[in-house]
Amino acid sequence: MGLIASFGKYLLFIAEVFRRPERRSVMTKLVIKEVYDLGFKSLSFVVFVSLFVGAVVTIQTATNMTGSWMPRYLIGYATRDAIILEFSPTIISLLLAGKIGSNIASSIGTMRVTEQIDALEVMGVNPATYLVRPKIFAMVFFNPFLISLSMFGGIFGGLVAGTLAGECTTAEFITGIQYDFNSFKAVYAIIKTLLFAFVIASISSFHGFYTQGGALEVGRSSTKAVVYSSVVIIVLNYILTQLLLN
Amino acid sequence: MIEIKNIVKSFTGKTVLNNVSFEFEKGKTNLVIGQSGSGKTVLLKCLLGLHEPEKGSIVFDGTNIVGKSTKNLKNLRKQIGMVFQGGALFDSMNVEENVLFPLQMFSDLANSDMLDRVNFCLKRVNLENVNHLYPSEISGGMKKRVAIARAIVLNPKYLFCDEPNSGLDPYTAILIDNLLQEITHEYQMTTVINTHDMNSVMEIGQKILFIKDGKNVWQGTKTDIITSDSKALQDFVFSSELFKTIKRIKS
Repeated sequence: MGLIASFGKYLLFIAEVFRRPERRSVMTKLVIKEVYDLGFKSLSFVVFVSLFVGAVVTIQTATNMTGSWMPRYLIGYATRDAIILEFSPTIISLLLAGKIGSNIASSIGTMRVTEQIDALEVMGVNPATYLVRPKIFAMVFFNPFLISLSMFGGIFGGLVAGTLAGECTTAEFITGIQYDFNSFKAVYAIIKTLLFAFVIASISSFHGFYTQGGALEVGRSSTKAVVYSSVVIIVLNYILTQLLLN
Repeated sequence: MIEIKNIVKSFTGKTVLNNVSFEFEKGKTNLVIGQSGSGKTVLLKCLLGLHEPEKGSIVFDGTNIVGKSTKNLKNLRKQIGMVFQGGALFDSMNVEENVLFPLQMFSDLANSDMLDRVNFCLKRVNLENVNHLYPSEISGGMKKRVAIARAIVLNPKYLFCDEPNSGLDPYTAILIDNLLQEITHEYQMTTVINTHDMNSVMEIGQKILFIKDGKNVWQGTKTDIITSDSKALQDFVFSSELFKTIKRIKS
């Protein structure tokens, strides 16, 4: 019952977020600011993680193929699919749920407990639209770039690790990443990314927005935001995979 | 003028406001006093439309706001200035941006005119050369003054203050009190101040509502307090040794 009530409250919150904003020009500036805060500031983190995970995926794949009859270019092929289909859209989104989700929930939660949200409301500004909408727009707009960059980073990391370890040549790896490429896999990854970006921004904002109490509750909201976003991402990942790839 | 009649508000079965009635007059500093937990903040939130009373009416110059939706309250809220207890300044904005915010959201002034208005309001609250400082970089008293500047930047008809002196030293508290009184007279606003600071009561209490346990126990002016025979009021106002001594000397 509590879960259903919370879901209903979340839907009402989303309806409130998508009401007409007070000023479109202000909203545009806010979206740009959020793209910088939530997206640009995550760039180095995403690239760093992707490079190393790509490298690990390549080495593990190569290890599993040791002594087998399979051609070495399949290392690039397996790395590409693992990165594009699962690692970049899902695992990076889970990491972003931790990094960005906790940031969103704690910043909005702090605004709630320090009466900054009340101040907006008293001024006649819709706080849900003003605070949350730019975050959702920024995430949905910028995450596909971030995830695409993660894909390139992951594959590049794999290429470097594979050649440095002598598991395959650069030419073999590149042949592998071009082998039997189906562009729908990239489309599937972007669809997941868009949906996960919305989930992270909206669920984290929701938990921050309804924080009650003090600093302790802000911390709790932040934790809840990360946990719920991650759970929803995992479940949606399964549903989308079933619907789009099966 | 704001008139409240028979306001009743309860939370999970506990009545917090019980038939409270009062008239907050225009051009006067109207004080709501009472102990912590007496219902002052709930009353203020009802006036602001953040809480909906179960019974009674809240009339802003002829318009009853009880039962009105957030959408319908929007125009009224543009005429309201609010100074929150902690200032409620936006952490991500500097002083200038904080004061500019209501203008950006609701006025059609040119950017230069907006900045002029911001500087005028900051000067009015005796703040200069702090435009680019962030809330975390200024003192408590300065935060309150920035909050006042932000509250008056749109020339509101109604000004609400929730414990504007809390956490301030006595000297700064009196400066804030006097500033609120001056602004109220200057712009002929209806000002409602929640406080339990007795210095404020004696300094700027032009019209006072005393609430105890959610009930309207007494109302009058600061000069009426000394002669009042309300025991609850006397116990509350003259609870400190200092005020007891002052009362003894006066009487």
